Parts: sequence; C-alpha cells; structure tokens
Amino acid sequence: MKKGLAKLTLALMTAGAISTTAHAATTLVYCSEGSPEGFNPAFYTSGTTFDATSKNMFNRLMEFKLGTTETEPGLATSYDVSADGLEYTFHLRKGVKFHSSKSFKPTRDFNADDVVFTFDRQWNKNNPYHTVSGGSYEYFNGMGMGDLIKDIVKVDDYTVKFVLNQPEAPFIANLAMDFASIFSKEQADYLMKKGTPEQLDINPVATGPFQKVQYQKDSLIRYTAFKDYWKGKAKVDRLVFSITPDASVRYAKLKAGECDVMPYPNPADLEQMDQDPNINLMSQEGLNVGYLAFNTQKKPFDDIRVRQALNLATDKSAIIDAVFQGAGKAAKNPIPPTMWSYNNNIVDYPYDPVKAKKLLAEAGYPDGFSTNIWAMPVQRPYNPNARRMAEIMQEDWSKVGVKAEIVSYEWGEYLNRSKKGEHDTVLLGWTGDNGDPDNFLYVLLGCDGVGGSNRAQWCNEEFNDLLLAAKQTSDKAERTKDYEQAQVVFKREAPWITVAHSVVYEPISKDVKGYKIDPLGGHYFYNVSK
Amino acid sequence: MFQFIFRRLSLVVPTFIGITLLTFTLIRLIPGDPIEVMAGERGVSAERHAELSAQLGFDQPLYVQYFRYVSGVLQGDLGNSLITKEPVMKEFLTLFPATIELAFCAAIFAILVGLPAGIFAAVKRGTVLDHSVMTFSLTGYSMPIFWWALLLMLVFSVTLGWTPVSGRIDVVYWIDDVTGFMLIDALLSDEVGAFRSAVSHLILPSIVLGTIPMAVIARMTRSSMLEVLSEDYIRTARAKGIAPWRVIIIHALRNALIPVITVIGLQVGILLSGAILTETVFAWPGIGKWLIESIGRRDYPVVQGGILIVACIIITVNLLVDIAYGIVNPRIRHSK
Repeated sequence: MKKGLAKLTLALMTAGAISTTAHAATTLVYCSEGSPEGFNPAFYTSGTTFDATSKNMFNRLMEFKLGTTETEPGLATSYDVSADGLEYTFHLRKGVKFHSSKSFKPTRDFNADDVVFTFDRQWNKNNPYHTVSGGSYEYFNGMGMGDLIKDIVKVDDYTVKFVLNQPEAPFIANLAMDFASIFSKEQADYLMKKGTPEQLDINPVATGPFQKVQYQKDSLIRYTAFKDYWKGKAKVDRLVFSITPDASVRYAKLKAGECDVMPYPNPADLEQMDQDPNINLMSQEGLNVGYLAFNTQKKPFDDIRVRQALNLATDKSAIIDAVFQGAGKAAKNPIPPTMWSYNNNIVDYPYDPVKAKKLLAEAGYPDGFSTNIWAMPVQRPYNPNARRMAEIMQEDWSKVGVKAEIVSYEWGEYLNRSKKGEHDTVLLGWTGDNGDPDNFLYVLLGCDGVGGSNRAQWCNEEFNDLLLAAKQTSDKAERTKDYEQAQVVFKREAPWITVAHSVVYEPISKDVKGYKIDPLGGHYFYNVSK
Repeated sequence: MFQFIFRRLSLVVPTFIGITLLTFTLIRLIPGDPIEVMAGERGVSAERHAELSAQLGFDQPLYVQYFRYVSGVLQGDLGNSLITKEPVMKEFLTLFPATIELAFCAAIFAILVGLPAGIFAAVKRGTVLDHSVMTFSLTGYSMPIFWWALLLMLVFSVTLGWTPVSGRIDVVYWIDDVTGFMLIDALLSDEVGAFRSAVSHLILPSIVLGTIPMAVIARMTRSSMLEVLSEDYIRTARAKGIAPWRVIIIHALRNALIPVITVIGLQVGILLSGAILTETVFAWPGIGKWLIESIGRRDYPVVQGGILIVACIIITVNLLVDIAYGIVNPRIRHSK
C-alpha cells in the first residue's frame, strides 16, 4: 500500500515536472474568428482559412513584404523576365526543409519538383491530383492563371520557368498569393502510392515558420515553431488559434488574458479598447473599397452629368459617422491609399447639393427622377451596414429631387443579378487579393468585366487602354504613371460613388511585441514575440 | 412491453422519410446556390459554374439528386461537406461529444436546481419562497440567452476572474483527442490541472444552457406536485402520521414525477440537438453552430445529414422517454 502510494506520488511529481517544463515554452494565443475550411489554401478564398494555413504554415515563390503590398523573394531567391514579358524564370532557394508529420517524414529538401507539382496540380486537368478532394481551385481560376500559363518547365533542380500566353505584369504579385503556396511533391507521391491522396489536403507538410500539430474543429488549432525554418525559428515556441466566433467574447478573452491577439473587434468596443492600458489598439486603412456603382448602360446613368450630380449630392461624412462609426475613411479613388500608385492629387467631389441640382437640370432632369439603390444583405469589411448606407443616400438624393427605392436580395442572388446589370445603382465593394492595382482597376472597371465583376457595366476606351498598357510592362514606374492617369479618368467619368475604405483595427495585448498589420488582411505571427 | 416498443418503432420509418424529404426540399427552397455563395464578390464564370455543378451533381434533376441522397443514407453514407470536403458523419462525430458533454452538464444543473426548487415552491405554496422561485423561474425562462451568457461572462470571467471566458480547456494543456469528451480526455492525459481546467470551462456554459430547462422543470414540478398534494391518499398518509418529508418524497413525488420526466426528456432532446447561441458565445465546438453555419453556406450535404442525425436523436430520446414513462406508469404500456 505504502509502495503504491509512493509510486503515485512519484508519478504525480513527474507529471508536474513535465507540465512545468512544457508550460515554460512561450505560447502565443490568437483568438481567430472561425474554423478554417480546410488546410489546402488553393481550394479556398477566405482570410480565415489563409491565416490558419498559407500565412503561417506555408511559403510561396514570392512573398509580400510584411506590412506592405510589395513583393519580395520567398522560396525563389530571384527571377528574370524575358524581353517580351512572356517568360519568367525563377531561381530557387537551396537548403529549405519541409515539416514532418506523424505519418510522413521528408527525405529531401525543397526543389523545382515541388514548384512544378504545386502549379501543375491546379493548372493541368490530367495531373493525378487535379481532381483530388473535389479539386476546385477558385483563386487560381479567378485570377485567370489557367488561361495565362502556357507551360511550366523544370529547367534544373533549382530553376523553374513559367511561359505565359500574353504579358501580364501582375503575375509576380499573383505568385505571392495564398493559392500559390508550395506543397511537397514527395509527400504527394507517398500518399498517392498509399492510396490516401486526400490526406495531402488535410495534413500537408509545408516549409513555413509553424507546423500544425493538432486541429479540433470549431475549437482550436495548435502549431509549434518549426525549428529548421529557413529564415530561422519563430520567436514564440507555440502558436494556438483559439477559435472564438463572437467579437464581444474575443474582447472578453483578451481582457482576461486568454488571448494575445484578436481580429475584427466590434466598432462599438473600440473606444474602450483604446483606453485600456493592457491593450494596444493597432489600426490601418484596409485594402478595400466600398462603392456605389451606377449602371452606366441604363438611362439616366449613361449621362456623365447625372453620375457627377449624384456624387455631389452624397454626403460621405454622414455615412462614415453613421455606418462605419468612425472606423472608415472617405474614399476618393477606387484603390485604397495603402496601395502603390494611389493618386493623392485627385480632388473628390465635394458635398454640394446646389451644384448637383444644376447639373441634373442641365442633363434634362430639373425635377429629378425615380431610381433604385440595391443594398447588400450581408455585412462586409468594406460596408458594415449597407441598408443604413442606402438610407442615408436615399435621403441625400431626395434633396435634389431623386427618389430612390431601396432593394435587396439574398446574397447569392444579389451578386448574380447585379452581375447581369438588373440594377440602377448597386452598393458593393472589394477587398484586394494581391496588392496590385490591376486587381482593383481591371477586375472592377475594365471592359472585360462588363456583365461580370464590373457592376457599373462601364467600358471606357481611354481608361481601359491605360490598364492594358500597365499590364504589358513590368516597369513599375511606368505602370504607376498609367494607373495614376487612370484614376484621373475614373474620377472625371464617375461610374461610381467611391464611398469608403474601412479601417482595420487589431487589438493586441501589451505583452505582444513585433506584430504588424498586414494591409492584405492576413495575420502573420513569425516575427511576433511575447 | 416489446409490443409497445415495436409499436413506437414502426412510427419511426414514415417520420424518417418525412425528414429526408423536408430537409432536402427546404434547403433547396432558400434562394442562392452554393457555388455563387462560395465565390462571393469575386464571382464565377458561367463555364466554371457548369463544371462545378456537374462535379457536385447539381445538374441532375431534383428527384435524381434526392434518390441518390436517400440511397446514400441507406448505405450509411451522408455525403461530404461541400466546403471542407470531409464526410458529414466524420464531422458530426468530431463535434457531437462536445454537445453531449455540455448537454449532460446543463441537464444535471437544470435537474439539480429545478426539481428541488419546484418541490419547495409546491410545499410552501403561497409563501415568499414560492413567489420567489416562480419569479426566478419565469425570469430564467424568458432570459435572452445571448445577453445572459455575456452578462455571466463579464461578471465571473472578466471582472472576478473565477471562471475562464470560453473554450473547453486552457490552451496550455495539449490534450490528445481520444474520446472527444474533454473531461475524460483530460483525466486520461498526464497533465496536472487539466481536469480542473476542463471542469471550470464547463461551469458557465452549463448554467447558461441549463437556465431555460431549469425554469421549465421547476414550474412543471411545482404544478404537478400541487396537484398530487391535494389528492386524498396524501391526506390519508398524513393522517396516518407518516413523517412529512416521507409523504412528500415517497408518496407525492413519485407520482408527480410522471409529467416531469416527459418534460426532462423533451428538454434533453433539445439540448442534444445543439445549442446555437450558447455554443457561439462560449466558442463551444458543438453541432448547433455547425448546422447554422452550413445553412448560411448552403452546404447541402451537411444540412441534410446533420438535421437527419439530430432528428434521429430526438426520435430516440422520445422513444426512451416513452419507455421510461411506461415503466413508471403501467397504464400507458397496457393501453392499446
């Protein structure tokens, strides 16, 4: 009996000792807003999934320089572009190790095979992995990569060449996007041989700063710092995503010390957070824009004077106060100020109902007209309350005689109908994907987008030619000039009312050091210490 | 008894068909298709839309899709989630232990508080005690769960620091998923303090989730007890000089419990089908939140499969209640 008791005491003491050593490791807790949809970032488009996968587990050939929208070399050390802009040759980094999991231990370092496999899987319908796990590569297709790539060639073990069908300057920025995260071909081959290829998308090994240890759906994800990471081990030993869907609860956890970093606070809590001595409230303008698009193919919005008049008739400051509760900034350009080539010389339309009425009279509508405003049924970062926004516009417009009816549909239906141009005016917005101005201007306002993502159904030759020119060259100075000029044309033609860029707030614990807000909306923890 | 069970079971088949038909139709009646919802503002081209529709089988006529679904169900295959691509059954089994754990603790809380409160209120009818129990239970019954949860959290977790804010266990404990029940897994792990942490994480969610059932049970017990206490045989028992507590516990309570058991059974069924609000507030990884999110995402297989399993659970719990009822009250099992 005595012996048994002694054994038990010993066991308890050992357990105590083990757990004390374990707890000495620094753990960073991030209260994330939801479960990732899966662990292969190429399948998805949501930031929640990217935070849990690509941002902290994976690397790409090119990476975004933290805190900016500019790219820098990642798994590629450098690249060359051919004179015609059709061939991109990447020189790969040597000595990059992959994580290992319970079921798979890599035997070789990262090389060209992994790059070719990653892109071939998404691009080539005959790749044996193409259809594994449902195989819907939304971003790869959404960014037009399928039609853009002509060939992917392994030149040698550390050189890969991409051949394109036409010159496309944003290609480099696309390679820094989440869908371009590099997988291990060795693991893919191993799993295929084992007959469980879908495991590649559930438990992938990657090269990034953190490796996944455990995932409990809707509860938490645990990572450990990868000690062989090519940039050096992360500053914290463990990273935990504590999945907490409600913003008030995330705030309560931050206050109680149960999390160190939280995303997406309630606007109503911001003031209190700012005053809390234990919380550091960081903020930055988000890479997004909320806008109202006029259907320029319908009367009376085919008349530039009508579009300008309604721009003059809308009081943006009232919208920023009421809809964004201060967490927004009036937008004058279709691209956000954190993006390169933002034209700060543009002067926005002032709030001037008198001038608006005059313009309407010139256009032949002295008594105004009847129209509609479509308001989104969902809350988005660029528009937290579309209904309220529509109501304010409705009231502003009524002062110049324009009677607007507010219309709304279920979200999928809303997107679909507005694509077809059934609206007179529609509220919508955009969050940037790759930090390239092309990703806003061409997608949302280019002639190719009419009947699709160009909700203004607006095709202006002068504007479109500038965008096409900027696509053809990889000279950034030249591209900047084109985009700045395009913004001038945009403002004059007024296919939209640019409403606001929301401000992103990130409350973090005072103990957390080295955290930076990513203008692209991701959450990176490699440089963070505690 | 077997005949009784058999009779109840034979009703399950039509119910089952009804449920599959209803969930299949209702989710498709909600406007917006899953592919559009997945694509969001970015949109999806018509060709890509057609390709994905074909891949997911949405290009088939509805009756073919329904037939495929039902034949899958009969073979035990509920399909894969459109979003996570994981089998619906696997996702359900990962999340369900958390729901059971919370439902169990909430039911214990509801019964341990509700039953005695109801008995006391009945025995002390018309007194201050009775009125306060009734006021308290009415408040509990009409409490907005979301608000109640945040209130308790602010007081006990943020201000007093007695209980953790949310989650199932403190993140310092790295507990392996063995059974899925955190209390058991924490015990099985060698980590000191893990079990205590798991228990402390259960306190607030159990109270919040148990509040409404507790109020229902208290009110039901009270009215049922009042009815029984006015019966002749209770007066006889008292007249015989039996100790008052014996009259209440042995003679009155046993009879008063019959309707209370039904209520408890119904409440447990509801608790097991997942508690959306409580799960959301306390970041509890259960099936309620899972189902709601799937409806928002138009994840047809999860909605169909998840609701079907939940319905089966409710049917089973109700069947068990009926059987328990039959045991307590022989008149029920013998009636044709």
